Amino acid sequence: MRALIRFIAAPLLLILVAAFAPSAIAAVAIERVVSAKGVEAWLVRDASVPVISVQFAFRGGSALDPVGKEGLSNLVAGLLDEGAGNLDSQAFQRRIEDNSVSLSFDSSVDSFSGSLRTLKRNEATAFDLLRLALNEPRFDAPAIEKVKTQTRAWLSGAAENPRRIAGRVLSIAAFGEHPYGRPGEGTRATVERLTRDDLTAFPKQRFARDRLVIGVVGDITAADLRPRLDAVFGDLPASAGPVAVADVAPALNGQVFVIDKKIPQSVVNFAQGGLSRQDPDYYIAYVMNQAFGGGGLTSRLMEEVREKRGLAYGVSTGLAPYDHSALYSGSVATQNDRVGESIDIIRKEWANLRANGLTDAELADAKTYLTGSFLTNIDSTGRMASLLVGIQLENLGIDYLDRRNGFIEAVTMADVRRVAQRLVDPAKLTFIVVGQPRGVAATAPTPNLED
Amino acid sequence: MNPRTFPMRAALLTAVLLLVAGTARAAVFDPKTFDLPNGLKVVVIENHRLPVVTQMVWYKVGAADDPAGKSGLAHFLEHLMFRGTGEIAPGEFSRIVARNGGRDNAFTSWDYTAYHQTVAADRLELVMKLESDRMANLSITENVVAPEREVIIEERRSRTDNNPASLLNEQMNASLFLNHPYRIPVIGWQHEMATLTQADALDFYRRHYAPNNAILIVSGDVTVDQVRALAAKYYAPIPRRDVVKRARLREPLHVASRRLVLESERVREPRLTREYLAPSYTTGDTQHAYALQVLETILSGGATSRLHRKLVEEDKMAVSVYASYEPSALDYGTFAIGGQPRGDVALVKLEEAIDLEIARLLKDGVTAEEVARAKNQLVSSADYARDSLRRGAMSIGTALAIGMSVEQVETWPQRIGAVTPEQVNAAARNVFNIVNSVTGALVPAPRPSRS
Repeated sequence: MRALIRFIAAPLLLILVAAFAPSAIAAVAIERVVSAKGVEAWLVRDASVPVISVQFAFRGGSALDPVGKEGLSNLVAGLLDEGAGNLDSQAFQRRIEDNSVSLSFDSSVDSFSGSLRTLKRNEATAFDLLRLALNEPRFDAPAIEKVKTQTRAWLSGAAENPRRIAGRVLSIAAFGEHPYGRPGEGTRATVERLTRDDLTAFPKQRFARDRLVIGVVGDITAADLRPRLDAVFGDLPASAGPVAVADVAPALNGQVFVIDKKIPQSVVNFAQGGLSRQDPDYYIAYVMNQAFGGGGLTSRLMEEVREKRGLAYGVSTGLAPYDHSALYSGSVATQNDRVGESIDIIRKEWANLRANGLTDAELADAKTYLTGSFLTNIDSTGRMASLLVGIQLENLGIDYLDRRNGFIEAVTMADVRRVAQRLVDPAKLTFIVVGQPRGVAATAPTPNLED
Repeated sequence: MNPRTFPMRAALLTAVLLLVAGTARAAVFDPKTFDLPNGLKVVVIENHRLPVVTQMVWYKVGAADDPAGKSGLAHFLEHLMFRGTGEIAPGEFSRIVARNGGRDNAFTSWDYTAYHQTVAADRLELVMKLESDRMANLSITENVVAPEREVIIEERRSRTDNNPASLLNEQMNASLFLNHPYRIPVIGWQHEMATLTQADALDFYRRHYAPNNAILIVSGDVTVDQVRALAAKYYAPIPRRDVVKRARLREPLHVASRRLVLESERVREPRLTREYLAPSYTTGDTQHAYALQVLETILSGGATSRLHRKLVEEDKMAVSVYASYEPSALDYGTFAIGGQPRGDVALVKLEEAIDLEIARLLKDGVTAEEVARAKNQLVSSADYARDSLRRGAMSIGTALAIGMSVEQVETWPQRIGAVTPEQVNAAARNVFNIVNSVTGALVPAPRPSRS
């Protein structure tokens, strides 16, 4: 296909919105599988396509990277498939390609994750490659040098990317010296300083079974999965202890940051403090946000900013809970001359939401959307496996899919009014504007951004 | 705080995944098709994994059919299709879908425009009613047209004007195609977008949107009999209309290669891209299309591919290199090749190295082993294509919209499997002719020195 133009951008938010949107998910049967060595995985068996997807995550992500060694998790994630066991990088990659396996690793602030996808017929090889990558990564010098070079190139690009700049300034403004304020990918300087010893120590310190959750979906039985789990995860260290990251309240107090970049359209992030995933009001806020700014084309903000005034291609908001903090954030992009107008409308709607909550129709529509749409987004084995991992990371319980719609349906207008008062605070709403906006005055100095 | 986005490997995977979009193995998606008396072609792809269904309507018209001086019109109409019919108020279409737990969207390319919704299987009738309504009854007023025009211009700023790489890509298309409308961006030139009117959009709608110029695809938890009954009820009553046959300008003989340089303060590391005119599945020397897909994989289908191994791993000249063949077009295809040099390597050196690789390819040809490995990768990618409820609808919709048959999609794996080394060599000789190319350099502008 030639370059497609989608009607609306995929996620506009730099900061990921809570993973699941959700529904009557009776169609999905989750099985708890425990191997001989005690490795637990959640399995959804589906033999309709000869594919198996495995997703897993260790709690603890880039926030655990030591000060001065920012980018460590990210570099490890880039290197685990660059050679393992007696296979160097090229030999390892050749085996992946010739068996049509997809294998990748990723780090976020709160977790280190992996993803494997294979055809049923290459199942044994695929699991063995994953075993090698996790248990016997080589971290050969040429591979380290290569991936560092790639990371530096990525950082150079990111340093001029307005969305990335806005996201970094938001993180620094909200979290300062806390690990959440530091760049997960590191800086050119910190990446350069990372040594092979840092890398080889990482798996022993981080890949422990008490921090591990696993989701498997596809053409495999529990009986066949058990020995695979033992081979891949069974020999990892039993315990790495709790993740030592302090809780932090975001220091967002209604500041306005302006970062001068010569672009025709300003990119704007806005945020205030949010709600923890474990907060009893979480679902109320989740439903409220759906109507307010989370609902794509149908949200109140989209109506005011895009549909009525043509101020932006998209505007969206989302709850962004982390393990040790939480934001309520959003983004918009408007031509420089009219940024002030977009910001005024968002502020006004923020105040309106606090004062008046939602209308009856907005609440009803948000609830039926959220309960009805869950399955429509889980359209592949990989996505389902990710969902299984997300449910486990948030400790929502193996029966979560049976209960989830009940949480949403229980939300009342009184709940929304109360949580709007509790959560939504225009005085705390902080704006980060990257571009050359007219009619927007900075109230806070731009933090120093290291490349 | 940003999700970690890893540069190289992600790009490689994307390249491989894109191949899947065109595809499938023997009876890959196993679609059923029938035609309505008014000329609407209907395709049903059964997939009973989840109680979910996707409807797509593809119109065989795209940006390359925009009238002269009205670039962006096909895409503008796509937006306006959400702004009301006699029965449905502006914005209501998406609200009704969302209220019913569904997601909807649309996209425009040079060759087609498509609209789609994913809903619980029991809401299929609702979305068929809605989609058939706007096939015949679009009703838009100037007060929705004016802000929507601002929206598409903001969309252009987001996608293109704010991004130097996108701007260069746009200029390269305008340079690669001397005459054919693929030279004009799908989103449009801003000065022409600003003049688009309600009358322009309605005129375009009347000339191109008709059942006999469209394809209806329903995939998911549904049977062909159900779709037949619903299509008869909602789409069959829409009368056939004369539509303008697509007759686009052809390229003249190219006699000089072109070179472009885009200098930007927002670029820190240079990048090279070269695009060659190429045959597509449907136009030009089409017998080369499948061999070119194999060639693309040999050159850049993973870490052990020719370009990566030589330029990234062995010679350590590049951070990344890629080749990308686009065969899914009504008219010409393109074959792109490029990369990003390491910091200490001049862009021209990388270009010379790529040219040496092309010369070596043309002189020595590919090996039987390379072809066998690439074919294996490609055919396996077709196995993965069914691991997604939407992939089949996308692949078949694209194919039918550009004049291919369902049979061509279903036999893609056999067609790939039949490619010989001699055919790959012949395809390479067909495409790598420098006079049919444009080479673009994205380079940093000198920075103002700070005193």
